[in-house]
Amino acid sequence: MKIERLLILVLLSYLGVFFLYPLIAILHKSLYGDGAYNLGQFISLIGDPYYLGRIWFTTWQALVSTLFTLIIGLPAAFLFAKYEFPGKTLLKAATTLPFVMPTIVVAMGFLALFGHNGLFNTFLMNIFDLDYTPINIVNSLTVIFMAHAFYNYSIVVRIVSSLWANLDPSLEETAKMLGASSLKVFYHVTLPLLLPAIVSSALLCFAFCFTSFGVVLILGGAEFATLEVSIYELTAKLFRLPMAGALSVIQLAFTYLFLLLYARIQETSAIPINFKPRELTTRKNITVQDRLFIFGAVLIILSITSPLISLAIRTIFFEGVDSAAQISNLFSNERGSYFDLSPLKIVFNSLRFALCSVFISLALGTIASYSITKSSKRTKSVRDALFMLPLGVSAVTLGFGYIISLSNPPVDIRGSWIILVVAHSLVAYPFVIRSLLPVLQGISPNLRAAAMILGADPKRVFISIDLPLITPALIVGATFAFAVSMGEFGASLILVRPEFTTIPVAIFRYLGLPGAENLWNALAMSSLLMIVVAIGFIGIERFRYKDLGSF
Amino acid sequence: MKVKFGIVTIALIALSITASCSGEQEPRELVLLTNDSFDIGEEIIARFQEDNNATVVIQKGGSSGAVLTRAILEKGNPSADLLYGIDNTYLSRAINEGVFVKYESPLLDNIPTQLKFDETSHVSPVDYGYVNLNYDKEYLINHGLDIPNTLEQLTQSQWKGKLVVENPATSSPGLAFLISTISYFGEDDEYDYIDFWKDLKTNDVLVKDSWSAAYYTDFSLYGGDRPLVLSYSTSPAAEVFFSEGAHSEPPTGNVLIDKATFLQIEGIGILKGSKNIDLARKFVDFVLDKQFQEDIPSRMFVYPANSQAEQPDFFKFAASPIDTGEVVTSDIGPEIINEKREPWIDTWIKAVLR
Repeated sequence: MKIERLLILVLLSYLGVFFLYPLIAILHKSLYGDGAYNLGQFISLIGDPYYLGRIWFTTWQALVSTLFTLIIGLPAAFLFAKYEFPGKTLLKAATTLPFVMPTIVVAMGFLALFGHNGLFNTFLMNIFDLDYTPINIVNSLTVIFMAHAFYNYSIVVRIVSSLWANLDPSLEETAKMLGASSLKVFYHVTLPLLLPAIVSSALLCFAFCFTSFGVVLILGGAEFATLEVSIYELTAKLFRLPMAGALSVIQLAFTYLFLLLYARIQETSAIPINFKPRELTTRKNITVQDRLFIFGAVLIILSITSPLISLAIRTIFFEGVDSAAQISNLFSNERGSYFDLSPLKIVFNSLRFALCSVFISLALGTIASYSITKSSKRTKSVRDALFMLPLGVSAVTLGFGYIISLSNPPVDIRGSWIILVVAHSLVAYPFVIRSLLPVLQGISPNLRAAAMILGADPKRVFISIDLPLITPALIVGATFAFAVSMGEFGASLILVRPEFTTIPVAIFRYLGLPGAENLWNALAMSSLLMIVVAIGFIGIERFRYKDLGSF
Repeated sequence: MKVKFGIVTIALIALSITASCSGEQEPRELVLLTNDSFDIGEEIIARFQEDNNATVVIQKGGSSGAVLTRAILEKGNPSADLLYGIDNTYLSRAINEGVFVKYESPLLDNIPTQLKFDETSHVSPVDYGYVNLNYDKEYLINHGLDIPNTLEQLTQSQWKGKLVVENPATSSPGLAFLISTISYFGEDDEYDYIDFWKDLKTNDVLVKDSWSAAYYTDFSLYGGDRPLVLSYSTSPAAEVFFSEGAHSEPPTGNVLIDKATFLQIEGIGILKGSKNIDLARKFVDFVLDKQFQEDIPSRMFVYPANSQAEQPDFFKFAASPIDTGEVVTSDIGPEIINEKREPWIDTWIKAVLR
């Protein structure tokens, strides 16, 4: 009992110091003036059709994007949960690659395929001898939904397949034996059992799309602005901090409401289930139908990953640049800039921060998840949504909160790389919560009770009952924490010194100057990022300690 | 045993702290806050550090607007000693907020009068550049298009769907171009800047949030489908410099239109509350001196403010209109920009974007 309280205290103080305090500090600074809080901002916001329009757009694009992501994600989740096939681990790593890539690089990949001069248009125009471009999705809403799905579908794939793989197949088999059709079995048996995981991943997708910044701007064009974009414009261009503060509060309130709604659905859909090891749930008798499904699903995943593949190809066959010579240039600081670091050092930085973020996120996420499952029915979803709140906060607002609040004693971590790990872990630990909760809520209380009766103390129960069951979910959480940290660059750009340059920051720097060589360097660093991250994913996936992880 | 170990560790840490404090020749730390496009040679910073027994820490804080927001938020208790990169679109804001202390460097004598943009002597001009449209030479030749020489032409059918610009609400060149159009068309004329932008919108102009996105995803030189992009007058020269010898002539060119070319001046200022004012002053002098100035073109692709600084060979492709008198730049001063930035951007957003 004592240790549980202590752990929760650690979690709360971490969130208090690194989340609430900076957030309150910046909101106070923005909204407080002349001896009172300037609440008139809210009234003028709510009365302004422009900002109401932004709130409305932000909400509906996030809902549509989430739905679209679920539709693409679920078949792939089924594929990874039920089948074994060669190259499975690699393909699974590929699904999560988009999550890490900088938006502008992804935009280049999209354009290379779907742009007016892109592969598909050129191909179709040549084949059918057209004098117009048949595909015109660039700079439109469609491409925003596509890009959001492209970024987030691995959340659905990983979280849902992790639960699906350990579902007891005998339930489905029983239903089938009683004469239910496959569709009926899925709808009445499988879907209800999976619902907690589906809602869990939908929640993450929604939170990401709701606070989306780069995807919307770079692919959609400037006319599609979310609240996050408006907050950035108000803070960094117009210096209207009170308005920005008010808008951040509104954004936070909206995300909280949605998080609460999702948490409530997830909670009511949780049913205690019997988990079975993966070996028992994998389909053994592969029929022709199964083969067709595998083939189709793999093809779809490959085509989703194609913008990234096109980038790698573009790097190798870059017009006018000798790739081999360029690679050696990349590794030598030939221009002697103060800001140049060798790619090895940059990769090392990225990996170091990512590993720290993974460990912190796993610890925070596990404590938070247990605290949620053990809280009373009434407070459960409230607490759940509160712990998820860092995902809903405006990154710009929190960034400036760090600058004004964490740069003076007692907490002075400005300019230190710790601030980066802290920022990354705040975005990453909600992933651990979301992947853990469906499993924790599914563990039958009888299991723990039986162990207790047999004389096991709580620590023993955790190690021998809980840990083997939650390890697959922890692996999913770790994968995303790793991905979040490797791919993040907003905080890295404004909070950290040159010697801590990460891969995305280096890419951003190259893309800040004109010239083929800079573009090539950016593409090469992006390919390097893909390789490093893929190796990381596979490493995490293969994690085994004694019997853990093989469940 | 554990307790003992703890005591020993504490003693060791205490010892190392006192040891580090007692060293008399310990270099002083000078922190420079700047935006993400700042770059300079390693050996140049090393020279300053050596000459002044100092350690220079360069802290990048995002876009130039974000950096100023940070300086304003930290006012009185700054995390840095100096701010590099305040430009004429933000100058008045910074002065009015009182984030800088005055300093008049003796080296200002070498800087042309038209670059001395701060009459209050808080911010010293360091470098300058021009924001203008670039065109893709090959595209224009292949499609039989002539280089536009008025802004009005951009609203005509031959340029429909051929221009990409940056959003003035999120990007510095975007704001510079908006100001250019105001300088060109005026605010209350019969056909004013907003009429022009509405016509541009009808003519299918594309607005991107950042220079990188516009240049590398929509400009026809890099696979996009728009041969006109809002960029800088030095971009064609940079295309040669970064072509690994593939180009001896720039593949792009500058569209220089009178009153629609924006002169962007960047300066450096000492932040109020700095505890190293004397060292910070030395750094300002150092930045204005020849060695630093001559490194500016090939790092940041802007012109050095010091007229005695020699420019590199490839800058022959970046003929500076200020020297050649080739073009008249926009004539709206920092005070007016500061006063009107918000209403201009608001009006623009509502007319063009949404």
